[in-house]
Amino acid sequence: MERLLEIKNLNIEFHDHDIPERVVNNFNLELAKGEIVGIVGESGSGKSMTAMAIAGLLRRHDMEKKGEIIFEGKELLHASRSEVRQYQGDDIGMIFQEPMTSLNPVKRIGWQVEESLRIHRPDMSKEERYRRAIESLRDVELEEPEKVYRQYPHELSGGMRQRVMIAAAMICEPKLLIADEPTTALDVTIQLQIVKLLQRLNQEKQTSILFISHDLSLVKKLCHRIIVMHDGNIVESGSTKEVFYQPKEEYTKQLIQAIPKLEKLIL
Amino acid sequence: MKKKLLNQPTFLLGTIITSIMLLMTFIGFFYTPYDPTQMDNSNKLAGCSLEHIMGCDNFGRDIFSRVLQGMGNTFLIAVATVTIGVVCGILLGAFTGYFGGWIDEVIMRIIDVIFAFPSILLALVFVSIFGTGKYNVVFALGIAFIPSFARIVRSEFIKYKDMDYVKSARLAGVSDLRIMFVHILPNTMTVLLSSIMIGFNNAVLSEAGMSYLGIGVQPPDASLGSMLSEAQSYLFSAPNYAIFPGVMIILLVLGFSLMADGLKSR
Ligand SMILES: Nc1ncnc2c1ncn2[C@@H]1O[C@H](COP(=O)(O)OP(=O)(O)O)[C@@H](O)[C@H]1O
Ligand SMILES: [Mg+2]
Repeated sequence: MERLLEIKNLNIEFHDHDIPERVVNNFNLELAKGEIVGIVGESGSGKSMTAMAIAGLLRRHDMEKKGEIIFEGKELLHASRSEVRQYQGDDIGMIFQEPMTSLNPVKRIGWQVEESLRIHRPDMSKEERYRRAIESLRDVELEEPEKVYRQYPHELSGGMRQRVMIAAAMICEPKLLIADEPTTALDVTIQLQIVKLLQRLNQEKQTSILFISHDLSLVKKLCHRIIVMHDGNIVESGSTKEVFYQPKEEYTKQLIQAIPKLEKLIL
Repeated sequence: MKKKLLNQPTFLLGTIITSIMLLMTFIGFFYTPYDPTQMDNSNKLAGCSLEHIMGCDNFGRDIFSRVLQGMGNTFLIAVATVTIGVVCGILLGAFTGYFGGWIDEVIMRIIDVIFAFPSILLALVFVSIFGTGKYNVVFALGIAFIPSFARIVRSEFIKYKDMDYVKSARLAGVSDLRIMFVHILPNTMTVLLSSIMIGFNNAVLSEAGMSYLGIGVQPPDASLGSMLSEAQSYLFSAPNYAIFPGVMIILLVLGFSLMADGLKSR
Protein backbone atom coordinates (compact mmCIF):
# COMPACT_ATOMS: atom_id res chain seq x y z
CA MET A 1 0.00 0.00 0.00
CA GLU A 2 1.06 3.54 -0.75
CA ARG A 3 2.43 5.53 2.15
CA LEU A 4 0.70 8.77 3.07
CA LEU A 5 2.27 9.90 6.33
CA GLU A 6 5.50 9.06 8.05
CA ILE A 7 6.60 10.32 11.42
CA LYS A 8 10.21 9.78 12.42
CA ASN A 9 11.48 10.29 15.95
CA LEU A 10 9.04 12.99 16.92
CA ASN A 11 10.03 14.71 20.17
CA ILE A 12 8.09 17.55 21.74
CA GLU A 13 9.42 19.43 24.72
CA PHE A 14 7.91 22.35 26.63
CA HIS A 15 10.24 25.05 27.82
CA ASP A 16 7.77 27.21 29.67
CA HIS A 17 9.04 26.14 33.08
CA ASP A 18 12.54 25.96 34.55
CA ILE A 19 12.74 22.26 33.88
CA PRO A 20 11.93 21.32 30.28
CA GLU A 21 9.02 18.92 30.09
CA ARG A 22 9.08 16.26 27.41
CA VAL A 23 5.53 15.38 26.44
CA VAL A 24 6.20 13.24 23.36
CA ASN A 25 9.24 11.00 23.17
CA ASN A 26 10.54 9.27 20.04
CA PHE A 27 7.22 8.83 18.37
CA ASN A 28 7.29 6.87 15.11
CA LEU A 29 4.43 6.12 12.78
CA GLU A 30 3.72 5.08 9.23
CA LEU A 31 0.29 5.51 7.80
CA ALA A 32 -0.80 4.10 4.45
CA LYS A 33 -3.50 5.54 2.19
CA GLY A 34 -6.91 4.38 3.35
CA GLU A 35 -5.64 3.04 6.65
CA ILE A 36 -7.17 3.72 10.07
CA VAL A 37 -4.70 3.86 12.92
CA GLY A 38 -5.75 4.34 16.53
CA ILE A 39 -3.73 6.00 19.26
CA VAL A 40 -4.84 5.05 22.76
CA GLY A 41 -3.59 5.92 26.20
CA GLU A 42 -4.79 7.59 29.37
CA SER A 43 -5.26 11.33 29.69
CA GLY A 44 -2.02 13.27 29.56
CA SER A 45 -0.09 10.64 27.66
CA GLY A 46 0.66 13.02 24.80
CA LYS A 47 -1.93 11.95 22.22
CA SER A 48 -3.27 15.41 21.55
CA MET A 49 0.22 16.90 21.32
CA THR A 50 1.14 14.33 18.68
CA ALA A 51 -2.05 15.07 16.75
CA MET A 52 -1.51 18.82 16.91
CA ALA A 53 2.05 18.41 15.71
CA ILE A 54 0.83 16.50 12.66
CA ALA A 55 -1.87 19.09 12.00
CA GLY A 56 0.70 21.87 12.19
CA LEU A 57 -0.92 23.51 15.21
CA LEU A 58 2.13 23.50 17.48
CA ARG A 59 3.59 26.87 16.71
CA ARG A 60 4.50 28.20 20.10
CA HIS A 61 7.83 29.77 20.77
CA ASP A 62 8.35 28.02 24.07
CA MET A 63 8.40 24.48 22.76
CA GLU A 64 11.06 22.50 21.02
CA LYS A 65 10.09 20.07 18.27
CA LYS A 66 12.48 17.51 16.88
CA GLY A 67 12.09 14.80 14.27
CA GLU A 68 10.28 14.68 10.98
CA ILE A 69 6.68 14.60 9.88
CA ILE A 70 6.55 13.67 6.23
CA PHE A 71 3.22 14.00 4.46
CA GLU A 72 3.26 12.80 0.87
CA GLY A 73 6.99 13.38 0.69
CA LYS A 74 6.86 16.88 2.18
CA GLU A 75 8.39 17.63 5.59
CA LEU A 76 5.81 19.58 7.60
CA LEU A 77 7.11 19.82 11.17
CA HIS A 78 9.66 22.51 10.39
CA ALA A 79 7.93 24.01 7.35
CA SER A 80 6.82 27.63 7.40
CA ARG A 81 3.29 28.54 8.45
CA SER A 82 2.32 29.49 4.91
CA GLU A 83 3.56 26.17 3.54
CA VAL A 84 1.69 24.23 6.20
CA ARG A 85 -1.47 26.22 5.47
CA GLN A 86 -1.59 24.79 1.96
CA TYR A 87 -2.20 21.39 3.52
CA GLN A 88 -4.39 22.36 6.45
CA GLY A 89 -8.05 21.93 5.66
CA ASP A 90 -7.27 20.71 2.15
CA ASP A 91 -5.23 17.51 2.50
CA ILE A 92 -5.34 17.24 6.28
CA GLY A 93 -8.55 17.70 8.25
CA MET A 94 -9.04 17.49 11.97
CA ILE A 95 -11.91 17.23 14.42
CA PHE A 96 -11.80 17.86 18.15
CA GLN A 97 -13.22 16.40 21.29
CA GLU A 98 -15.64 19.16 22.25
CA PRO A 99 -18.43 19.53 19.69
CA MET A 100 -19.91 22.22 21.94
CA THR A 101 -17.01 24.63 21.51
CA SER A 102 -15.69 23.62 18.11
CA LEU A 103 -18.19 25.70 16.19
CA ASN A 104 -18.27 29.49 16.08
CA PRO A 105 -21.42 30.56 17.94
CA VAL A 106 -22.11 33.62 15.79
CA LYS A 107 -21.77 32.03 12.35
CA ARG A 108 -24.25 29.87 10.50
CA ILE A 109 -23.42 26.21 10.05
CA GLY A 110 -23.27 26.51 6.27
CA TRP A 111 -20.78 29.37 6.42
CA GLN A 112 -18.51 27.35 8.69
CA VAL A 113 -18.71 24.20 6.62
CA GLU A 114 -17.80 26.19 3.51
CA GLU A 115 -14.82 27.98 5.06
CA SER A 116 -12.21 25.48 3.82
CA LEU A 117 -13.56 25.84 0.29
CA ARG A 118 -13.28 29.61 0.47
CA ILE A 119 -9.63 29.24 1.45
CA HIS A 120 -8.52 26.38 -0.77
CA ARG A 121 -10.88 26.69 -3.76
CA PRO A 122 -11.08 30.47 -4.16
CA ASP A 123 -12.28 30.17 -7.75
CA MET A 124 -15.35 28.16 -6.83
CA SER A 125 -18.67 29.93 -7.36
CA LYS A 126 -21.09 30.57 -4.53
CA GLU A 127 -23.64 28.15 -5.97
CA GLU A 128 -21.05 25.40 -6.32
CA ARG A 129 -19.91 25.98 -2.73
CA TYR A 130 -23.49 25.74 -1.52
CA ARG A 131 -24.00 22.53 -3.46
CA ARG A 132 -20.84 21.01 -2.01
CA ALA A 133 -21.74 22.06 1.54
CA ILE A 134 -25.17 20.49 1.28
CA GLU A 135 -23.64 17.35 -0.17
CA SER A 136 -21.12 17.23 2.65
CA LEU A 137 -23.81 17.70 5.30
CA ARG A 138 -25.86 14.93 3.69
CA ASP A 139 -22.76 12.74 3.62
CA VAL A 140 -22.49 12.84 7.40
CA GLU A 141 -26.08 11.63 7.60
CA LEU A 142 -27.67 14.86 8.79
CA GLU A 143 -31.33 14.99 7.95
CA GLU A 144 -32.59 18.14 6.23
CA PRO A 145 -29.14 19.49 5.32
CA GLU A 146 -30.72 22.61 3.77
CA LYS A 147 -32.21 23.48 7.14
CA VAL A 148 -29.03 22.73 9.09
CA TYR A 149 -27.14 24.91 6.63
CA ARG A 150 -29.04 27.95 7.83
CA GLN A 151 -28.96 27.13 11.55
CA TYR A 152 -26.65 28.35 14.30
CA PRO A 153 -24.60 25.94 16.45
CA HIS A 154 -26.74 26.44 19.57
CA GLU A 155 -29.72 25.03 17.69
CA LEU A 156 -28.03 21.63 17.24
CA SER A 157 -27.39 18.72 19.59
CA GLY A 158 -23.90 17.52 20.46
CA GLY A 159 -24.05 14.60 18.07
CA MET A 160 -25.26 16.82 15.23
CA ARG A 161 -22.48 19.31 15.88
CA GLN A 162 -19.87 16.59 15.74
CA ARG A 163 -21.34 15.54 12.40
CA VAL A 164 -21.13 19.13 11.23
CA MET A 165 -17.48 19.19 12.32
CA ILE A 166 -16.82 16.09 10.29
CA ALA A 167 -18.64 17.59 7.31
CA ALA A 168 -16.50 20.72 7.57
CA ALA A 169 -13.31 18.70 7.89
CA MET A 170 -14.25 16.48 4.93
CA ILE A 171 -15.48 19.11 2.48
CA CYS A 172 -12.17 19.41 0.62
CA GLU A 173 -11.91 15.60 0.65
CA PRO A 174 -8.69 15.44 2.69
CA LYS A 175 -6.41 12.45 2.42
CA LEU A 176 -5.91 12.38 6.17
CA LEU A 177 -8.48 12.98 8.89
CA ILE A 178 -7.21 13.38 12.42
CA ALA A 179 -9.91 12.73 14.99
CA ASP A 180 -8.87 13.69 18.50
CA GLU A 181 -11.28 11.96 20.89
CA PRO A 182 -14.20 12.83 18.61
CA THR A 183 -16.67 10.80 20.64
CA THR A 184 -15.57 11.40 24.22
CA ALA A 185 -18.11 14.13 24.92
CA LEU A 186 -21.02 12.19 23.39
CA ASP A 187 -23.23 9.50 24.86
CA VAL A 188 -22.70 5.86 23.99
CA THR A 189 -25.24 5.36 21.22
CA ILE A 190 -24.09 8.54 19.43
CA GLN A 191 -20.48 7.39 19.85
CA LEU A 192 -21.22 4.26 17.92
CA GLN A 193 -22.99 6.20 15.16
CA ILE A 194 -20.02 8.53 14.76
CA VAL A 195 -17.62 5.59 14.60
CA LYS A 196 -19.78 3.93 11.94
CA LEU A 197 -19.87 7.19 10.02
CA LEU A 198 -16.07 7.47 10.09
CA GLN A 199 -15.85 3.86 8.95
CA ARG A 200 -18.14 4.57 6.01
CA LEU A 201 -16.29 7.72 4.98
CA ASN A 202 -13.03 5.77 5.12
CA GLN A 203 -14.39 3.09 2.83
CA GLU A 204 -16.10 5.42 0.37
CA LYS A 205 -13.46 8.09 0.04
CA GLN A 206 -10.31 6.19 0.97
CA THR A 207 -9.56 8.79 3.64
CA SER A 208 -6.85 7.71 6.06
CA ILE A 209 -7.88 8.28 9.66
CA LEU A 210 -5.81 8.84 12.76
CA PHE A 211 -8.27 8.05 15.51
CA ILE A 212 -7.31 9.16 19.00
CA SER A 213 -9.19 7.88 21.98
CA HIS A 214 -8.82 6.60 25.49
CA ASP A 215 -11.70 4.25 24.84
CA LEU A 216 -10.28 0.94 23.65
CA SER A 217 -13.62 -0.55 22.71
CA LEU A 218 -14.21 2.09 20.03
CA VAL A 219 -10.67 1.82 18.74
CA LYS A 220 -11.10 -1.90 18.43
CA LYS A 221 -14.22 -1.46 16.35
CA LEU A 222 -12.76 1.04 13.95
CA CYS A 223 -8.98 0.77 13.61
CA HIS A 224 -6.77 -1.50 11.58
CA ARG A 225 -3.74 -0.82 13.75
CA ILE A 226 -3.27 0.46 17.29
CA ILE A 227 -0.54 2.47 18.98
CA VAL A 228 -0.58 2.51 22.77
CA MET A 229 0.95 5.58 24.40
CA HIS A 230 1.90 6.23 27.99
CA ASP A 231 3.72 9.26 29.38
CA GLY A 232 4.76 10.39 25.92
CA ASN A 233 6.20 7.03 24.92
CA ILE A 234 4.89 4.38 22.58
CA VAL A 235 4.48 1.33 24.78
CA GLU A 236 3.09 -1.03 22.24
CA SER A 237 1.94 -1.05 18.65
CA GLY A 238 0.61 -3.59 16.21
CA SER A 239 -2.49 -4.74 14.42
CA THR A 240 -5.71 -4.40 16.36
CA LYS A 241 -5.98 -8.18 16.78
CA GLU A 242 -2.46 -8.50 18.14
CA VAL A 243 -2.75 -5.68 20.60
CA PHE A 244 -6.16 -6.82 21.76
CA TYR A 245 -5.72 -10.55 22.06
CA GLN A 246 -2.00 -10.87 22.72
CA PRO A 247 -1.05 -7.70 24.58
CA LYS A 248 2.61 -7.80 25.52
CA GLU A 249 2.75 -4.97 27.98
CA GLU A 250 1.20 -4.77 31.42
CA TYR A 251 -0.09 -1.23 30.66
CA THR A 252 -2.01 -2.43 27.60
CA LYS A 253 -3.58 -5.23 29.63
CA GLN A 254 -4.74 -2.75 32.21
CA LEU A 255 -6.30 -0.58 29.51
CA ILE A 256 -8.14 -3.57 28.11
CA GLN A 257 -9.37 -4.52 31.56
CA ALA A 258 -10.67 -1.01 32.03
CA ILE A 259 -13.30 -1.49 29.32
CA PRO A 260 -16.66 -1.82 31.06
CA LYS A 261 -17.99 -5.39 30.98
CA LEU A 262 -21.28 -4.40 29.37
CA GLU A 263 -19.57 -2.79 26.42
CA LYS A 264 -17.51 -5.92 25.92
CA LEU A 265 -20.76 -7.80 25.48
CA ILE A 266 -22.11 -5.33 22.93
CA LEU A 267 -18.97 -5.02 20.84
CA MET B 1 -32.00 38.06 19.59
CA LYS B 2 -33.23 41.45 18.42
CA LYS B 3 -36.80 40.74 19.39
CA LYS B 4 -35.80 39.77 22.91
CA LEU B 5 -33.83 42.99 23.28
CA LEU B 6 -36.78 45.17 22.37
CA ASN B 7 -38.95 43.34 24.88
CA GLN B 8 -36.68 44.59 27.61
CA PRO B 9 -38.06 47.83 29.13
CA THR B 10 -34.71 49.61 29.68
CA PHE B 11 -33.50 48.90 26.19
CA LEU B 12 -36.86 49.85 24.69
CA LEU B 13 -37.00 53.15 26.59
CA GLY B 14 -33.39 53.90 25.61
CA THR B 15 -34.17 53.14 21.99
CA ILE B 16 -37.21 55.44 22.01
CA ILE B 17 -35.31 58.36 23.57
CA THR B 18 -32.33 57.86 21.28
CA SER B 19 -34.51 57.61 18.18
CA ILE B 20 -36.28 60.88 19.00
CA MET B 21 -32.96 62.61 19.63
CA LEU B 22 -31.45 61.23 16.44
CA LEU B 23 -34.51 62.29 14.49
CA MET B 24 -34.24 65.83 15.85
CA THR B 25 -30.52 65.90 15.06
CA PHE B 26 -31.19 64.68 11.57
CA ILE B 27 -33.90 67.26 10.96
CA GLY B 28 -31.55 69.93 12.32
CA PHE B 29 -29.11 69.24 9.52
CA PHE B 30 -31.65 70.28 6.89
CA TYR B 31 -34.20 72.47 8.57
CA THR B 32 -34.32 74.90 11.48
CA PRO B 33 -37.31 77.21 12.09
CA TYR B 34 -34.99 80.25 12.06
CA ASP B 35 -31.45 80.83 10.92
CA PRO B 36 -29.49 79.79 14.03
CA THR B 37 -27.08 82.72 13.65
CA GLN B 38 -29.69 85.37 12.78
CA MET B 39 -29.60 88.06 15.52
CA ASP B 40 -32.66 90.10 16.44
CA ASN B 41 -32.30 92.96 18.94
CA SER B 42 -36.01 93.19 19.67
CA ASN B 43 -36.04 89.60 20.97
CA LYS B 44 -33.05 89.63 23.33
CA LEU B 45 -33.51 87.00 26.05
CA ALA B 46 -37.15 86.58 25.12
CA GLY B 47 -39.00 83.88 27.04
CA CYS B 48 -40.82 80.94 25.56
CA SER B 49 -43.54 81.90 23.13
CA LEU B 50 -45.36 80.45 20.16
CA GLU B 51 -42.87 82.01 17.72
CA HIS B 52 -39.83 80.95 19.71
CA ILE B 53 -40.80 77.83 21.64
CA MET B 54 -37.56 77.74 23.63
CA GLY B 55 -37.16 81.50 23.71
CA CYS B 56 -34.22 83.56 22.46
CA ASP B 57 -30.65 84.09 23.64
CA ASN B 58 -28.76 87.26 24.50
CA PHE B 59 -28.39 88.15 20.83
CA GLY B 60 -32.02 87.40 20.11
CA ARG B 61 -31.23 84.16 18.27
CA ASP B 62 -33.85 81.42 18.36
CA ILE B 63 -32.75 78.87 20.98
CA PHE B 64 -34.68 76.00 19.44
CA SER B 65 -32.90 76.48 16.11
CA ARG B 66 -29.58 76.69 17.88
CA VAL B 67 -30.33 73.58 19.91
CA LEU B 68 -31.08 71.68 16.70
CA GLN B 69 -27.86 72.90 15.12
CA GLY B 70 -25.92 72.31 18.33
CA MET B 71 -27.15 68.74 18.56
CA GLY B 72 -25.87 68.19 15.06
CA ASN B 73 -22.42 69.49 15.97
CA THR B 74 -22.29 67.59 19.25
CA PHE B 75 -23.48 64.44 17.54
CA LEU B 76 -20.97 64.66 14.69
CA ILE B 77 -18.09 65.30 17.07
CA ALA B 78 -19.13 62.40 19.28
CA VAL B 79 -19.51 60.02 16.32
CA ALA B 80 -16.17 61.03 14.83
CA THR B 81 -14.43 60.71 18.18
CA VAL B 82 -15.87 57.28 18.90
CA THR B 83 -15.08 56.15 15.36
CA ILE B 84 -11.41 57.04 15.76
CA GLY B 85 -11.32 55.37 19.17
CA VAL B 86 -13.11 52.22 18.01
CA VAL B 87 -11.23 51.69 14.75
CA CYS B 88 -7.79 52.23 16.29
CA GLY B 89 -8.85 50.36 19.43
CA ILE B 90 -10.00 47.34 17.41
CA LEU B 91 -6.79 47.26 15.36
CA LEU B 92 -4.48 47.62 18.37
CA GLY B 93 -6.52 45.36 20.63
CA ALA B 94 -6.87 42.64 17.99
CA PHE B 95 -3.16 42.50 17.17
CA THR B 96 -1.90 42.68 20.74
CA GLY B 97 -4.48 40.22 22.06
CA TYR B 98 -4.10 37.73 19.23
CA PHE B 99 -0.33 37.68 18.86
CA GLY B 100 0.85 38.61 22.35
CA GLY B 101 4.60 38.65 22.86
CA TRP B 102 6.79 41.72 23.18
CA ILE B 103 4.82 43.88 20.71
CA ASP B 104 1.84 43.41 22.99
CA GLU B 105 3.93 44.51 25.99
CA VAL B 106 5.19 47.66 24.28
CA ILE B 107 1.86 48.77 22.85
CA MET B 108 -0.02 48.11 26.06
CA ARG B 109 2.47 50.12 28.12
CA ILE B 110 2.05 53.08 25.76
CA ILE B 111 -1.69 52.72 26.05
CA ASP B 112 -1.46 52.61 29.84
CA VAL B 113 0.38 55.92 29.74
CA ILE B 114 -2.31 57.53 27.58
CA PHE B 115 -4.98 56.03 29.80
CA ALA B 116 -3.37 57.51 32.92
CA PHE B 117 -4.32 61.04 31.78
CA PRO B 118 -7.93 62.19 32.11
CA SER B 119 -9.28 62.62 28.59
CA ILE B 120 -10.12 66.31 29.12
CA LEU B 121 -6.58 67.03 30.28
CA LEU B 122 -5.13 65.20 27.30
CA ALA B 123 -7.41 67.13 24.98
CA LEU B 124 -6.42 70.41 26.65
CA VAL B 125 -2.75 69.68 26.08
CA PHE B 126 -3.51 68.77 22.51
CA VAL B 127 -5.57 71.87 21.85
CA SER B 128 -2.95 74.13 23.42
CA ILE B 129 -0.45 72.71 20.94
CA PHE B 130 -2.58 72.59 17.80
CA GLY B 131 -5.12 75.30 18.53
CA THR B 132 -8.87 75.30 19.20
CA GLY B 133 -11.62 74.20 16.87
CA LYS B 134 -13.92 71.31 16.03
CA TYR B 135 -11.42 69.14 14.21
CA ASN B 136 -8.72 69.39 16.82
CA VAL B 137 -11.22 68.48 19.49
CA VAL B 138 -12.28 65.42 17.52
CA PHE B 139 -8.67 64.38 17.05
CA ALA B 140 -7.72 64.95 20.67
CA LEU B 141 -10.75 63.16 22.11
CA GLY B 142 -10.37 60.35 19.57
CA ILE B 143 -6.84 59.62 20.76
CA ALA B 144 -7.93 59.82 24.36
CA PHE B 145 -10.62 57.23 23.60
CA ILE B 146 -8.33 54.64 21.98
CA PRO B 147 -7.01 53.01 25.20
CA SER B 148 -10.33 51.95 26.66
CA PHE B 149 -11.47 50.34 23.40
CA ALA B 150 -8.08 48.73 22.80
CA ARG B 151 -8.18 47.14 26.24
CA ILE B 152 -11.68 45.79 25.83
CA VAL B 153 -10.94 44.33 22.41
CA ARG B 154 -7.62 42.90 23.58
CA SER B 155 -9.14 41.06 26.51
CA GLU B 156 -11.88 39.69 24.25
CA PHE B 157 -9.28 38.45 21.76
CA ILE B 158 -7.26 36.80 24.51
CA LYS B 159 -10.43 35.06 25.61
CA TYR B 160 -11.31 33.79 22.14
CA LYS B 161 -7.98 33.06 20.49
CA ASP B 162 -7.57 29.61 22.06
CA MET B 163 -11.18 28.54 21.58
CA ASP B 164 -11.63 25.28 19.72
CA TYR B 165 -13.43 26.96 16.85
CA VAL B 166 -10.50 29.29 16.34
CA LYS B 167 -8.21 26.28 16.36
CA SER B 168 -10.48 24.65 13.78
CA ALA B 169 -10.25 27.72 11.61
CA ARG B 170 -6.48 27.74 11.88
CA LEU B 171 -6.60 24.08 10.99
CA ALA B 172 -8.62 24.77 7.91
CA GLY B 173 -5.71 26.90 6.69
CA VAL B 174 -7.41 30.23 7.40
CA SER B 175 -4.92 33.11 7.62
CA ASP B 176 -4.34 34.95 10.89
CA LEU B 177 -5.87 38.17 9.57
CA ARG B 178 -9.02 36.42 8.46
CA ILE B 179 -9.26 34.58 11.78
CA MET B 180 -8.94 37.85 13.66
CA PHE B 181 -11.43 39.92 11.74
CA VAL B 182 -13.86 37.40 10.28
CA HIS B 183 -13.90 34.64 12.90
CA ILE B 184 -13.17 36.35 16.22
CA LEU B 185 -14.31 39.96 15.82
CA PRO B 186 -18.04 39.20 15.36
CA ASN B 187 -17.94 37.38 18.69
CA THR B 188 -16.83 40.53 20.47
CA MET B 189 -19.71 42.59 19.08
CA THR B 190 -22.02 42.43 22.10
CA VAL B 191 -19.32 43.71 24.42
CA LEU B 192 -18.07 46.19 21.88
CA LEU B 193 -21.53 47.57 21.16
CA SER B 194 -22.29 48.43 24.76
CA SER B 195 -18.89 50.05 25.21
CA ILE B 196 -19.43 52.02 22.02
CA MET B 197 -22.61 53.44 23.52
CA ILE B 198 -20.88 54.32 26.77
CA GLY B 199 -18.03 55.80 24.74
CA PHE B 200 -20.53 57.87 22.79
CA ASN B 201 -21.87 59.27 26.05
CA ASN B 202 -18.42 60.13 27.29
CA ALA B 203 -17.73 61.83 23.99
CA VAL B 204 -20.90 63.92 24.24
CA LEU B 205 -20.00 64.95 27.76
CA SER B 206 -16.36 65.64 26.87
CA GLU B 207 -17.37 67.75 23.89
CA ALA B 208 -19.82 69.68 26.03
CA GLY B 209 -17.10 70.14 28.63
CA MET B 210 -14.56 71.36 26.12
CA SER B 211 -16.97 73.70 24.36
CA TYR B 212 -18.00 74.95 27.78
CA LEU B 213 -14.35 75.74 28.43
CA GLY B 214 -14.33 77.57 25.12
CA ILE B 215 -11.88 75.32 23.28
CA GLY B 216 -14.35 73.30 21.26
CA VAL B 217 -16.88 74.55 18.73
CA GLN B 218 -16.23 78.24 18.08
CA PRO B 219 -18.96 80.94 17.90
CA PRO B 220 -21.15 81.72 16.10
CA ASP B 221 -21.44 77.95 15.54
CA ALA B 222 -23.50 76.27 18.25
CA SER B 223 -22.95 73.08 20.19
CA LEU B 224 -24.85 72.00 23.28
CA GLY B 225 -21.78 72.61 25.43
CA SER B 226 -20.98 76.07 24.04
CA MET B 227 -24.62 77.12 24.51
CA LEU B 228 -24.44 76.12 28.17
CA SER B 229 -21.29 78.12 28.54
CA GLU B 230 -22.87 81.22 27.01
CA ALA B 231 -26.03 80.76 29.05
CA GLN B 232 -24.38 80.76 32.45
CA SER B 233 -24.33 84.58 32.75
CA TYR B 234 -28.11 84.66 32.26
CA LEU B 235 -28.93 81.73 34.51
CA PHE B 236 -31.42 83.75 36.58
CA SER B 237 -32.71 86.27 34.07
CA ALA B 238 -33.31 83.67 31.34
CA PRO B 239 -33.17 80.13 32.79
CA ASN B 240 -34.65 78.65 29.60
CA TYR B 241 -31.39 79.56 27.82
CA ALA B 242 -29.48 77.00 29.93
CA ILE B 243 -32.23 74.49 30.60
CA PHE B 244 -32.97 73.42 27.03
CA PRO B 245 -29.43 72.60 25.87
CA GLY B 246 -28.81 70.96 29.29
CA VAL B 247 -31.90 68.78 29.00
CA MET B 248 -30.85 67.76 25.48
CA ILE B 249 -27.44 66.64 26.74
CA ILE B 250 -29.09 64.66 29.51
CA LEU B 251 -31.56 62.98 27.15
CA LEU B 252 -28.86 62.15 24.60
CA VAL B 253 -26.71 60.54 27.27
CA LEU B 254 -29.64 58.88 29.01
CA GLY B 255 -30.88 57.21 25.82
CA PHE B 256 -27.56 55.59 25.06
CA SER B 257 -26.95 54.66 28.71
CA LEU B 258 -30.25 52.84 28.89
CA MET B 259 -29.50 51.00 25.64
CA ALA B 260 -26.04 50.00 26.85
CA ASP B 261 -27.53 48.85 30.12
CA GLY B 262 -30.13 46.78 28.33
CA LEU B 263 -27.46 45.19 26.15
CA LYS B 264 -25.31 44.26 29.13
CA SER B 265 -28.02 42.88 31.37
CA ARG B 266 -29.23 40.51 28.69
N1 LIG C 1 1.83 24.37 28.23
C1 LIG C 1 2.28 23.18 28.69
N2 LIG C 1 3.41 23.12 29.41
C2 LIG C 1 3.87 21.94 29.88
N3 LIG C 1 3.23 20.79 29.69
C3 LIG C 1 2.08 20.77 28.99
C4 LIG C 1 1.54 21.97 28.45
N4 LIG C 1 0.38 21.66 27.79
C5 LIG C 1 0.23 20.32 27.93
N5 LIG C 1 1.25 19.78 28.64
C6 LIG C 1 1.45 18.36 29.00
O1 LIG C 1 1.50 17.58 27.85
C7 LIG C 1 1.14 16.27 28.20
C8 LIG C 1 0.40 15.64 27.07
O2 LIG C 1 -0.86 16.25 26.92
P1 LIG C 1 -1.91 15.78 25.83
O3 LIG C 1 -1.22 15.52 24.57
O4 LIG C 1 -3.00 16.78 25.84
O5 LIG C 1 -2.44 14.42 26.43
P2 LIG C 1 -3.68 13.55 25.94
O6 LIG C 1 -4.26 14.16 24.73
O7 LIG C 1 -3.10 12.20 25.69
O8 LIG C 1 -4.64 13.50 27.07
C9 LIG C 1 0.37 16.33 29.50
O9 LIG C 1 1.09 15.66 30.48
C10 LIG C 1 0.30 17.81 29.80
O10 LIG C 1 0.51 18.01 31.17
MG1 LIG D 1 -6.22 14.98 24.51
